[in-house]
Amino acid sequence: MKRKEQVHTSAHLDGHAGLRRGFAANLPVAASVAAYGSVLGVLAAQKHISWFQLLVMNVSVFAGSAQFVMVDMWVPPLPIAEMTLAVFAINLRYLLIGASLEPVFRGTSFWHKATRIHWVADENWAVTMAARRRWGDVSTAFLLGGGLCVVSAWCLGTLSGHLLGAAVKDPGAYALDFAFIAVFTALAVSLWRGRGDAVPWLVAAGTAVLVERVLPGKWYILGGALAGSLSAAMSKQRGEERAPDA
Amino acid sequence: MPELHEMEAYLAIGAAALATYALRFGGLLLSSRLPRGGRFRTFMDALPGTLLVSLVAPGILAAGPSGVLAGCCTAAVAYKTKNVFLAMMVGMGVVAATRRILPG
Repeated sequence: MKRKEQVHTSAHLDGHAGLRRGFAANLPVAASVAAYGSVLGVLAAQKHISWFQLLVMNVSVFAGSAQFVMVDMWVPPLPIAEMTLAVFAINLRYLLIGASLEPVFRGTSFWHKATRIHWVADENWAVTMAARRRWGDVSTAFLLGGGLCVVSAWCLGTLSGHLLGAAVKDPGAYALDFAFIAVFTALAVSLWRGRGDAVPWLVAAGTAVLVERVLPGKWYILGGALAGSLSAAMSKQRGEERAPDA
Repeated sequence: MPELHEMEAYLAIGAAALATYALRFGGLLLSSRLPRGGRFRTFMDALPGTLLVSLVAPGILAAGPSGVLAGCCTAAVAYKTKNVFLAMMVGMGVVAATRRILPG
């Protein structure tokens, strides 16, 4: 930061300056990422996931809610098919996140896109889009700097949680067994878009409860999600002329 | 607990990583071809929410009255504060407290 007055336009800077600026801009959200990650670490330790496996998961999957789902489903023998499908479904939003970044990546090489896009999480995406709205343009270095900040916080949080979790002997006493449900409930609320979600969510909840009683394993997650989303799509068929609020 | 085969763990992580990367990169490459409206888009947009709801609904019921109460508190705090971490802590606190009051 050589010149202070440049700070407000520095989101377009390429190279190290952009990287550093992106990293710094994501520090506030990184704190909550680490806090939330520490819970995942505690839970992962309870499921006997090693710290190294957790680290590999953090860096390769790098998607918070999907990792919570994976750890929740982590009961040997691992239900790999259900797990992958659930991760795919919960991460479908990345298709839209990736698409929304097209203007940021415009004009860059295939390799540049292929290596940078992996480091996009909800948090640094949101910070990048906000910077873009404010300044009109933003560099991929800014985006990557944010990704590096978030992934560092994510690893720091989850691994310290893992250390802690290995020491907890009676998870029930701290309501740790309820942590998954609490996290997902809070995350679901953060996805609430308004009254239009009421019917799909009720259909999803009802179907999940029914399927959970009938089918073994974790299929109720996908069953409920499909039924709920289908009900959303069906009820939309007449109101298609109304543009969805962007 | 039976020892989990290392191979199996990395297979699960690898599959999840591949699926997630395919979505991120696929979205970027196919940005012009993704539907911007219509029923499929509505379906896709609704998916993250319905998936999380399906994930928690059976668990909340299984946790009994204390689970339902905690679920409501978590949702209320999340709605009011938009703070996922705080909401989660409140939910866990309610469960831990009610368990101490109504054991079993």
